[in-house]
Amino acid sequence: MRYAKAVYATLIVIFLVAPLLVILPLAFTSSAFLTYPIPRFSMRWFNELATNQTWNRSILNSAIIASSTTVLATVLGTLAALGLRSQDLRLKSQIRTLFLLPMVVPAVVLGVGMQAVFVPLGINSTYFSVIVAHSVIAMPFVVISVSGALAGVDRRVERAAESLGASPWRVFRLVTLPLAMPGVLSGAALAFATSLDEVVLTLFVAGPNQRTLARQMFSTLKENISPAIASAAFVIIVGTVVIAAALLLARMTPARRKGRVPKTT
Amino acid sequence: MSRAPQLKALVLIAPLLVFLGMFFVWPLITVISQAISDPAISRVLPHTASAISGWNGKDLPSDEVQAAFRADIAANTDEMAMGDVTRRLNASKSGFRSLMGKTVTALKETPEIPLVEIDKRWGDTAYWLAIRENASPYTDAYLLASIDMERGADGAIKAMPEGSSANAAIILRTLWTSALVTLCCLLIGLPYAMVTASVTGWKRALLLGAVLLPLWTSLLVRTAAWMILLQENGLINQALMGLGLTNGPLALIYNRFGVVLAMTHVLLPFMVLPIYSVLLTVPGNLMGAAASLGAHPVRAFLRVLLPLSLRGVISGMLLVFMSAIGYYITPALIGGATDQMISSVIAFYATGSANWSMAAALGLILLVLTLVLYALYNRLSREPGQAR
Repeated sequence: MRYAKAVYATLIVIFLVAPLLVILPLAFTSSAFLTYPIPRFSMRWFNELATNQTWNRSILNSAIIASSTTVLATVLGTLAALGLRSQDLRLKSQIRTLFLLPMVVPAVVLGVGMQAVFVPLGINSTYFSVIVAHSVIAMPFVVISVSGALAGVDRRVERAAESLGASPWRVFRLVTLPLAMPGVLSGAALAFATSLDEVVLTLFVAGPNQRTLARQMFSTLKENISPAIASAAFVIIVGTVVIAAALLLARMTPARRKGRVPKTT
Repeated sequence: MSRAPQLKALVLIAPLLVFLGMFFVWPLITVISQAISDPAISRVLPHTASAISGWNGKDLPSDEVQAAFRADIAANTDEMAMGDVTRRLNASKSGFRSLMGKTVTALKETPEIPLVEIDKRWGDTAYWLAIRENASPYTDAYLLASIDMERGADGAIKAMPEGSSANAAIILRTLWTSALVTLCCLLIGLPYAMVTASVTGWKRALLLGAVLLPLWTSLLVRTAAWMILLQENGLINQALMGLGLTNGPLALIYNRFGVVLAMTHVLLPFMVLPIYSVLLTVPGNLMGAAASLGAHPVRAFLRVLLPLSLRGVISGMLLVFMSAIGYYITPALIGGATDQMISSVIAFYATGSANWSMAAALGLILLVLTLVLYALYNRLSREPGQAR
C-alpha cells in the first residue's frame, strides 16, 4: 500500500512537471527542429528572436502592454480592495462577485464583445484596447491578493495612528499600504504574468502592430513548430521570474522604511 | 456619521466599477443584444415597422402603413441594406425579390403611386405578413440556429435539415470533451489529493509544489510543451519505439487523445486543490477509527473519507468542467479539425466569416452555461462557512 502510494505520487509528479522541464533545454538547440536529442547547444534561436523583426517587435509589444496592464490593474484593483474592506458598503458581496467575474467569463465571449464595442468607437487595434482588455482579466488577481493581505492588517494599528493625529492619507501611506504591500506586489506580479500569457482577447482586440509575444507564439505554433517557440517560452518564464524577483526586491525598501516609521513619528 | 465610511468605500471602488462597466459589462451586454437583435428590416423600414405592428393581419394594411412603407423606400439611400431586406423577406415569402425590385424602381419615379398599381401582389396579405414577421428588431433565429433549429414558414420551431449545420454537434462535443477531461482529472486528482493530505513535511511540500508549478506557468508554454512531447518524432513516440512497443510513431497529436491529455494536465490543479483543502479539515484519525471498528480499507474509504471529501470533489469537478467548456488555445493547437470546441467556432464566426450574430448567439450559450456552473460553485464554496 505504501509503495503503491509512493509510485503513484511519483508518476503524477512526473506527469505534472516533466512537460515543463522538457521544453526549456530545447531553447538552446542548434537544430532546426524542436526534437530531442539536441545536436549541440547554441544560442541560434535566441539570436533569431533578437534579430527577426516580427519576434523582437512582439517582445517589445509584450513589455509595453504587460507593464501598462500591471500598473492599471494594480492601481484599480488595490483601490477597490481597500474600498471592499469597509463594513458599511451595501451590496458588498455582489460587487466582489462582479470584480471576480472576469476570471470566469470565457475569454472568447469577452473578446467578441470587446471587439464589437471597440470597433465602432475606432479604438480597436490600438495599444489602448489591448491594455484595457488585459487589465480587465488581470484585475481580479490584484483584488484577491490585496484583499488577502488587507485581511491580515490589524485595524487597531490604523486606529492607533489616527488617534495620534495622523491624517487619513498619512495613515494609508505610512501604515496600511506598507502592511498590505506584499499583497499589492504579488497581485502586480500575477497581473504581469496574466498579460504576458494572454492570447485569446489579444486575437480580437489587437491589430498587427500590437502583436504580443504570446500572440506570435500562438500563430507560430499553429503554422510550424519552430525552436523559436522554446526560446520564446524561455523568455516568458524568465520574464515572469524576473518581474516577481524585482517586485520582491522592491518590497525590501518599504519594509525597511516601515521599520523606521515609529522613530520619525 | 455612518454615511462617511460608506462614501469613502464607494469612492475607492468607483474607478474599478466604472472601468468594468465600460470594458467588461458593456461588451457582454453587446454580445447578448447582438445574439437576439436583427435590425435588418427595422433599420431600413423604420416607419413601416412601427406602423405595421398595429395591423390586424386579416384585412389589407391601412393607407397609413402603405404610406409609411412608400416613404421608407423613397428615403432609403443604402442599396446594400435594401438588398439585405429583400433577401430576408424573400426567405420568408418567395416572390419578394422581383416584387421589391419592381416596387423600388416604380417608387423612385412616382413616389405617390398606390402600391397595388405597381404590382397586384401588394393586394395579397401574405406579403404584408412576411414584412410584419420580420419587422421586429429582435429575433430568436440565431439562438435557434446555434442549436440547429429554425422557424418554419408557419413560425413553428423545427430542426434544421440534416447536415446543414454542425453547431449542435459542436456543443455536444464540447460538453463531452469537457466531461471526459473532468473525469480524467477526478481519477488522477482525487487519489493525488488524498496522498498529499496523508503525508507531511517535505513530501507534502513536493507534491503541492508539483501541482502549483504548472498553475503558475504560462498556459501557452504548457500547451507548447505538450505539442513537443506528443508530435510524431517527439519524446513519447521516440521512447515507445525505442522500447520496441510500437513499430511506427503513434498519432498522439491533432486528435481527441492529445486534447484530453493536455487539458487534463492544464486543469488538474483545479481538481487537486479544492479536494486537498477539504481533506485538510478531515480529522486524520477517522480512517484509523474505521479500521479499528473492522472496516476494510475500501469500505472505510467509501463510507468515511469519500463522503467527507465530497464537497471538495464537487467543487473541483465544477471548476474543471466550467474552465474546460470555454477552452480555446489547447484544442486549437493540439486538436484536429474534428476536435474543435465551441470557443473555436465562436472565434471562427467572429473573425473568419464575420458572422457577428452567430458568434454572439453561440457566445451567449457558452456564457450562460459558464455562469450557471459558477453560481453553483459559488454556492457550494460559501455554504461551509455558514454551516460551521
